[in-house]
Amino acid sequence: MQITMSVNGDSVTREIEPRVLLIHFLRDVLGLTGTHWGCDTSNCGLCTVLMDGAPVKSCTVLAVMASGHEIRTVEGLATGGTLDPVQQGFMEEHGLQCGFCTPGMMLTARALLDKNPDPDEDTIREAISGQICRCTGYATIVRSIQWAAAHPAGSSQAETAVDPETAEVSA
Amino acid sequence: MQIPAAFEYARAESLDHALQLLAEHGEDSRVIAGGHSLLPMMKLRLANPEWIIDINDLTDLDYITEDGDTLRVGAMTRHVGLLESEVVAGLFPLVRDAEKVIADPVVRNRGTIGGSLCQADPAEDLSTVCHVLRAQLVIRGPNGERTVPMHELHRGPYETSVEQNEILTEVRWPIRSRTSSAYTKVERRVGDWATTAAGASVTLGSDGQIEDVSIGLTAVGLEGSATRAEDAVRGQQPSEELYAEAGRLAAEDCSPVEDQRGTEAYKRHLADELTRRVLRKAVERVMACASSAGPEGTATASLGS
Repeated sequence: MQITMSVNGDSVTREIEPRVLLIHFLRDVLGLTGTHWGCDTSNCGLCTVLMDGAPVKSCTVLAVMASGHEIRTVEGLATGGTLDPVQQGFMEEHGLQCGFCTPGMMLTARALLDKNPDPDEDTIREAISGQICRCTGYATIVRSIQWAAAHPAGSSQAETAVDPETAEVSA
Repeated sequence: MQIPAAFEYARAESLDHALQLLAEHGEDSRVIAGGHSLLPMMKLRLANPEWIIDINDLTDLDYITEDGDTLRVGAMTRHVGLLESEVVAGLFPLVRDAEKVIADPVVRNRGTIGGSLCQADPAEDLSTVCHVLRAQLVIRGPNGERTVPMHELHRGPYETSVEQNEILTEVRWPIRSRTSSAYTKVERRVGDWATTAAGASVTLGSDGQIEDVSIGLTAVGLEGSATRAEDAVRGQQPSEELYAEAGRLAAEDCSPVEDQRGTEAYKRHLADELTRRVLRKAVERVMACASSAGPEGTATASLGS
C-alpha cells in the first residue's frame, strides 16, 4: 500500500507491504542507515527515532502507522552543515565509543532538550533509561547532553567554551 | 530478523468506523493502539491477525476528565499522559508510582492504557492499579455501550471479556474523599516486567480508622484483590503490626511461580514486604492530605505515631 510521511522535513511516498516496520522502511527503503537496528524487541532503544517530536522505538512501529506523521532521524539532526548542539556535545564530551547506540541517544537527548532545556542529571538519566549503551559509557553520554544544554543552538559555542582574550587577561 | 506474517491494514477514522471494520473483517482482525504488546507478539508469530485496524487517529479517545465523583480516562491515553497528569497524581498517586516504572520513557510515548488492559498480561501494572481503584470499563460494540467492573474484564492470562467486535473506550476510576494510594514494584532493571509489585488504596474514617482498603498484587498469580488481607485491615487503626498482618495474608494468598525473575519463596517475601510498604505509604499520603486540608485533618495527623 502507499504511504506518505515526512522524513527529516522531506515528504516521501513509497509503496510498501503493511508488515514493514519503520526501522526497515528507514534503513532499507529510504537508505537512511543512521538509525541502528538492535534487539528487535523494543528493549535496547538503538532504533529510536522521533515521531512528531517524541522518541519512539522504530522496531515496534509499523511504517504504515507512521504514514501522515513527521519522522526525524539522526540524518536530520544537523541543519545546513551545522551540527546540532547534541551532536557537538557528543564530540566534546566523548559521548560515543563504538557508536552503535549514539543515534538513538542523540535523538532522545534532542527531544528532552526541546521539552526541558535545562534538565538536571537525574532527568537526563531517566530520559535515556530505555536505551542501552553496551560500552557502558553512560557518564560521558550524560555529560554530552549537559554540554548540549549549556550550548543551545544559536549561542556561539566556541566563544562560550573558551574565550582566548578573556583567558589571556585573566592569566 | 523478526517480521510479522503478512496482513492487511486499515486505519480507522472514528470509533464507529473502527467497529465497522471489526465487524467487516471478523475473527481474524485485531485493533492496534500503541502496538507495544501486539507487534512484538506478531513479530514472534504468536499473533497472526489477517487484518490490523489502526485506531491511533482516534485522538478523541485520549483524555483525562474529572466528572463529578469519577475520573474518566480515554482508552487511547498513553502512558506518558498518565504519568505527567497532575490531576491523576493528585487523586490517585499510585498511578504515577506505577507509570514511573512501566517499561521505559520511550515505550511510554506509545503504549496506551486501553492496550495494556486488553493485553491482560498477568505481570502488567495498570491491571493491578485498576483492580485497586475498582475501575469500571466502558466497552463499545455494535449494540451500543456496556460497562463492566475490573474484576470481570480479565478472563485469564491474555484473555478479556472484550469481544472480538468490541473496543474498550474508557476507564473510570471512582474518586473518594480521605483516600490515597501507593504502588511499588521490584524489577530486575529498568523496563523489565515486575518480579513482584503491589498496590493499595486506603480510605481513612474521621476517627482515623481504615474505613476501606483495597490491595492488589502483580505477577504473583493473584487476579483481583488480596481479600483476606483487606478484611484484616478494614475497620482497624493503622499500625505497623496491622501492615505486617496484611502482608503475611497477601503473601499466603498469592500463587507465584518460579521463573528467571526469582523463586517462589522470594516472590512471596516480596508480596509480604511490598504489601506493607504500599499500605504504609497510602496511609501516610491520606494523612498528609488531611493535615494540609485544615483543622479536621490536623487531628488525624497524629494517628500514625
